[in-house]
Amino acid sequence: MSAPVTTIKFKLNGNACSVQAPPLKRLLDVLREDLHLTGTKEGCGEGECGSCSVRMNGELVNSCLVPALQAEGAEIQTVEGLATDGTLHPIQQAFLECGGAQCGICTPGMLMAAAQLLERNPHPTMAQIREGLAGNLCRCTGFMRIFESVLAAATQVGDAEQGKAANAR
Amino acid sequence: MTTKTTTRIVGASVHRKEGVDKLLGRARYIDDMEREGMWYGTTIRSTIPRGTILSIKFDESIDWSEFAVVTAADVPGENRIQLIVADQPCLADGEVNHCDEAIVLLAHPDKHKLRKAAEGVRIEYELLPAVFTIEESERQDQIVWGAENLMKTFLLEKGDVDSVWAQAAHIIEGEYHTGAQEHLYIENNGIIAEWDAEAGVTVWGSLQCPYYVHKTLIKVFHLPDEKVRVVQAETGGAFGGKEDYPSTLASHAALLAMKSGHPVKMVYDRMEDLAATTKRHPSRTRHRTALDKDGKLLAMDIDFATDGGAYATLSSTVLSRGTLHAPGPYSCPNIRIRSNAWATNTVPYGAFRGFGAPQSIFAIERHMDEIAATLSIDPVELRRNNFLHQGDTTATEQMMREPIMMDQLLDRILRESDYYARRERFAKENPNSSIKRGIGLAAFYHGSGFTGSGERILNSLAGMDVTPDGKVRVLVSNTEFGQGTNTVLTQVAAEAIGIDYDDIVMAANDTALVPNSGPTVASRTVMVVGRLIERAGKQLLSMLRETASLGEKFTRDEFFAACERYRAAKGEVVSLVRYEAPPGIFWDDQKYRGEAYPSYAWSIHMAQVAVDMVTFSAEVEEFWAVQEVGRVLNPVLATGQIEGGIAQGIGYALYEKVVLQNGHMANNQMTNYIIPTAEDLPPIHVFFEEIPFQYGGYGAKGIGELPHDGPAPAIVNAIKDATGVSFHSIPLLPEELFPALAAHEAATEQEVL
Repeated sequence: MSAPVTTIKFKLNGNACSVQAPPLKRLLDVLREDLHLTGTKEGCGEGECGSCSVRMNGELVNSCLVPALQAEGAEIQTVEGLATDGTLHPIQQAFLECGGAQCGICTPGMLMAAAQLLERNPHPTMAQIREGLAGNLCRCTGFMRIFESVLAAATQVGDAEQGKAANAR
Repeated sequence: MTTKTTTRIVGASVHRKEGVDKLLGRARYIDDMEREGMWYGTTIRSTIPRGTILSIKFDESIDWSEFAVVTAADVPGENRIQLIVADQPCLADGEVNHCDEAIVLLAHPDKHKLRKAAEGVRIEYELLPAVFTIEESERQDQIVWGAENLMKTFLLEKGDVDSVWAQAAHIIEGEYHTGAQEHLYIENNGIIAEWDAEAGVTVWGSLQCPYYVHKTLIKVFHLPDEKVRVVQAETGGAFGGKEDYPSTLASHAALLAMKSGHPVKMVYDRMEDLAATTKRHPSRTRHRTALDKDGKLLAMDIDFATDGGAYATLSSTVLSRGTLHAPGPYSCPNIRIRSNAWATNTVPYGAFRGFGAPQSIFAIERHMDEIAATLSIDPVELRRNNFLHQGDTTATEQMMREPIMMDQLLDRILRESDYYARRERFAKENPNSSIKRGIGLAAFYHGSGFTGSGERILNSLAGMDVTPDGKVRVLVSNTEFGQGTNTVLTQVAAEAIGIDYDDIVMAANDTALVPNSGPTVASRTVMVVGRLIERAGKQLLSMLRETASLGEKFTRDEFFAACERYRAAKGEVVSLVRYEAPPGIFWDDQKYRGEAYPSYAWSIHMAQVAVDMVTFSAEVEEFWAVQEVGRVLNPVLATGQIEGGIAQGIGYALYEKVVLQNGHMANNQMTNYIIPTAEDLPPIHVFFEEIPFQYGGYGAKGIGELPHDGPAPAIVNAIKDATGVSFHSIPLLPEELFPALAAHEAATEQEVL
């Protein structure tokens, strides 16, 4: 009783990729089952917990709510695409130092939300951090270590972004 | 009071041992794992709270030969989950006692077909009357468990309560209720099982206690110990919720593996996990308290009752801990506590961080504020006047031999929160504002480790070995599920041996490899197992010095060279040690008297709340927590434990409501079971004081459960301070706050008119 499949092409963590999948299959399942990128997690399957957060065309999305076909031609970044050449992304490094991850199951989604926040707003206020992470539930930390991680990473990411912007000019 | 000994690694905030794997998305949780030829399993559950099963019918349009189908009749051994009392069937056999009880299991290689087939199983029942509350159960009109619905009862008596009432200056009574609470670990329960006629059963899963699962599987499959292997996968949160339930799920997956001849994966979705797995016990506590004219406690008569649900699971020990924490951190010459765990036709309640203590502490700490209000005493001074001190005795007549610094903790939290200034400010501002602010506190202890003779019965074994590739490998059955077990036990091993943190690894948590160092519960890991690792490390050094001429001082290379000389001479390099109780510990299980816990962690919480009189919602604006937890072995991890526990406690008080309909959780989705988010949680200020406990790992006491004990009473006391209205139940969502606050407002306006 397998549903008809279609070819879907998109860019994943910077690399071109193509999958054969039913068009309504959840992007989350395509990532985990077809592409074996299991870093992205399922927590609720209804867009409440944010564990499955990935970035799609520069927007943060719950991949459990995205049909695979919608990814056609998109640029998608998952937690596996955050570190470069074995070097942790500043937000990953900050989570390590500040205790931002405990059980680790919300962490991939939380990292994507935090990275998104910092890219949009390299120097967020506490209120902006709270708002930026409001769609990602963590049951372990009480969020204080996560806020601290984002603040610690903010300086670094902010400086890097400013550098990039200067170069672009 | 703080004493520090010099250590290299213990006491430092080293990075989480498995941190990088978690941050790169590389850590392997159960749903990230697959086995060759793996099938998927699902569960058909009871839709009624109580009744007999008349028939199980399978839709004839489905080719069932493609499926593995399992019922109670397929259980090769004992159809019972092995906890304290083996009353819970692995699969319902002839009768059901709660909604969502497992009756039929199905497995198939295609998830989609499996879902469709599940709809083709029809179960017919004959309904029996069910009970849903403590009150219905204790009326005993319907007997739904045992001879009288009573799963466990305790009676504790110290002094003579009844001799006091006549001479007391004040007698204050109160009744307090707490609701069920869901753990809401972000990773649902999940297991993969394999069965082989020769090798037996192997399961991998998201779980807290590999040897608990082992204990059930050997009975369900009637296999010898060595033919059951339980391996913990990376576990995405537990909080007690993966203490007993994995025994059931592992049995189910393994039964399907046996029937199908394939590995079987069962991972619940959120709705199934919420509906079918354990929650925190609801409770009711009645207090009757006698005080002298100066507000000194003379007698406490306490009646504590919990709702245990349909099967006993861990209800007796939850009741025990709740009972032992019911009088709070106070000295009182006459105490009587009666406690009962009652059966109802709901999903069994189980372990959840705090394990009965948050329930009875909510009651005593709310009651202390009620007493203070009645006597017109400062709630701070009422508590200070009654705190336990070194040399005092508890309800079980345990003499407090270790120093207690509650007075200092109280001074510290008053200073850090600027308590009196805030109270004064709110009293001035509130009359002219629709936002009413208040501040409230709660004081409490939490006993570390198993209760009474528990640790002696567990008789834990733990230690380390040295691998030929030059790593020291910590051998424990204690699991990591976010709290920091891996990191802290590695720190302890590195400290004890005198090598680097990076030279230590944690052995895979596999019952075929690690000894039984007891379950990962009861705030025992760092204190009890940490102490075993400290001793095993020192023992390893002695072994190497005696047999392999390791010097008093050594380099890393000299250490591992000595290990290889030892290996050549003696074989494996293994150092294991067994639990030894601290000296002078006495406990009488019959009379429930003596040393209830080897040590206690102490804490005071302070909450500032804002109650919006237009929306009738309450919000915590700022939170302070001061605690004495023995030596703090990793400050960042310890702070994270405190903050996380407080967040769950805030949820317990203001957000989290389990709505039961016919004993089934009606709001079994994250959309309508609400936990605090990044926008809901206040700044949480955490302060540690340290009195090293000489029998804990490098001086540590328990920390994990402590922070869940205080938030609810502190918050509800703050709501009273803000609004003048006393609430006696949690949770307090706007629909609970509205009637009383609106009535109070109307009454106040009447007075003004």
